[in-house]
Amino acid sequence: MHVSTKRLASSRFAFPGASDKEIRILKRNALIDRAFERSTQAFALAVLLLLGAILVSLCVSSWDTLSAHAVDFLTGDRWAANMEMFGALPAIYGTLVTSLIAVAIAVPVSFGIAIFLTEKCPEILRRPLGITVELLAGIPSIIYGMWGVEMLAPFLNHIFPDLFPAGSGLATAGLVLAIMIIPFITAISRDVMLTVPPITRESAYGLGCTTWEVVRGVIFPTVRHGMMGGVVLGLGRALGETMAVTFVIGNNLFFHPTITGQGTSIAALIANQFPEADGAQRSALLALGLVLFLITFAVLATARYMLNRIERRAA
Amino acid sequence: MTINESFTHPLTEHEKTSPTSSDATTAKLRVENLNFFYGKTQALKDISLDVPANRVTAFIGPSGCGKSTLLRCFNRIHDLYAGPRSEGRIFLDGQDINARSVDANLIRARIGMVFQKPTPFPMSVFDNIAFGVKLYERLSSHAMQERVEWALRKAALWDEVKDKLKYSGQALSGGQQQRLCIARTIAAKPDVILLDEPTSALDPISTGYIEDLVNELKQDYTLMIVTHNMQQAARISDYTAFMYLGELVEHGETTQIFTKPTQRKTEDYITGRFG
Repeated sequence: MHVSTKRLASSRFAFPGASDKEIRILKRNALIDRAFERSTQAFALAVLLLLGAILVSLCVSSWDTLSAHAVDFLTGDRWAANMEMFGALPAIYGTLVTSLIAVAIAVPVSFGIAIFLTEKCPEILRRPLGITVELLAGIPSIIYGMWGVEMLAPFLNHIFPDLFPAGSGLATAGLVLAIMIIPFITAISRDVMLTVPPITRESAYGLGCTTWEVVRGVIFPTVRHGMMGGVVLGLGRALGETMAVTFVIGNNLFFHPTITGQGTSIAALIANQFPEADGAQRSALLALGLVLFLITFAVLATARYMLNRIERRAA
Repeated sequence: MTINESFTHPLTEHEKTSPTSSDATTAKLRVENLNFFYGKTQALKDISLDVPANRVTAFIGPSGCGKSTLLRCFNRIHDLYAGPRSEGRIFLDGQDINARSVDANLIRARIGMVFQKPTPFPMSVFDNIAFGVKLYERLSSHAMQERVEWALRKAALWDEVKDKLKYSGQALSGGQQQRLCIARTIAAKPDVILLDEPTSALDPISTGYIEDLVNELKQDYTLMIVTHNMQQAARISDYTAFMYLGELVEHGETTQIFTKPTQRKTEDYITGRFG
């Protein structure tokens, strides 16, 4: 470090006619710049380090479970701690199903809101509506959970008693999750749609396009990358959401291939059992955490891969 | 065919002269007492003007004089925004384009527009052209290929892109992109083409291409061009309108405007004394 500064001083600042004062200022600036560069680099590397450390510590603390019965753990269809049976399938299934339901509902609704806000909304309504959507994102998840138990579950049970005998269940959790991720997907979609230059929009309208034709033909293709980013962010949040899901998912620890029936999710199962777990159960719960980590990672990676493929095909 | 009928059938190759007007040089577009406001600012003041068919009309004037605003009135682009409002009337072939019964989208399909900057859509060269055509016509894939080639040839771009039809339109050079946008506008077969400073972002060679193109296109279309470049206006237009502070100061044949302007302001502007 010291040497390189010196080398800099000798080569770059030895400009004919440069005064001592100028050289002093230049040297100081170069030093500050270098320090700035290094510190930003350190922050960036810290993220990688943190990620690695979490992964390693999860692996280490769940090693007992993974080394003893890794396959049984992933395919086991029941989680019965008192019988030392730790099957992750019900939790993995519940996590994936609730998240997929949430995304399937939230994506069309969010895109609809974003299109309305950017293309059709009267000026007076635009700000209040936008702020409302953002406020929705700020509601703590426990409130969504209580609302789900108090209002949504009884309501679903009342309307479809055959599908929701208890009110709670995977679909109920998916619905609550959908409401929770709509503001994220909406806010990101709206922001990226606003980045389309007005002149591009005008030239599409100028051909005689309707709003839908402009949105589908020109705006979506221009910003699909950003919109997919919003969807992935929402999906990531849905996969890991704990509190609200724990309230309404039913916490049934036996695997049952149902959509509307009761089940559990990885996060809900961990939240319910971790505080009072030790020994094999604790290790199994940590292994479950590792699985959630890997699922989230795989989802993000797949989304990025698919996006790259779309980009390549378009180019 | 009455004027109203012709408006409900946008796809029929429509007559250049309506049966009611025996005079072949009738105005394609007629502006009557047009006032235009952005909120409280008045951008256009009592503009009245006839735009003859199959001719190039240039709009010149210093920045902020309202020439782009006027051009954008012709295809109702202002409708996209809440603030602006206009008074007065604009007729296309005798039909009031702002009438309640007239669909803005139809007007925009009839009156195409090319903007200051190239605006290729995020799709292939071919699809860029086909996009506008598909809005109002159902063509077989063969007919669509012919239409795309026809439009690209008209826009003097075919030879440069015929092997790149599947490439992204945004990968072309700036000058090619602007010709692509012109081809896209032509492909939809409008009656009138509006050009809002189409060469302001282009190099002299691309500008030359586009000026030649404008000259050719007037055989089939009525063109209006906004330009900051007075030589360009003199080179390519048949009629010139000089605007200043939202008013139409003078309007006439280009040779007359540039050699014997009747207004002092016009003379000052074209001789470079201000603007």
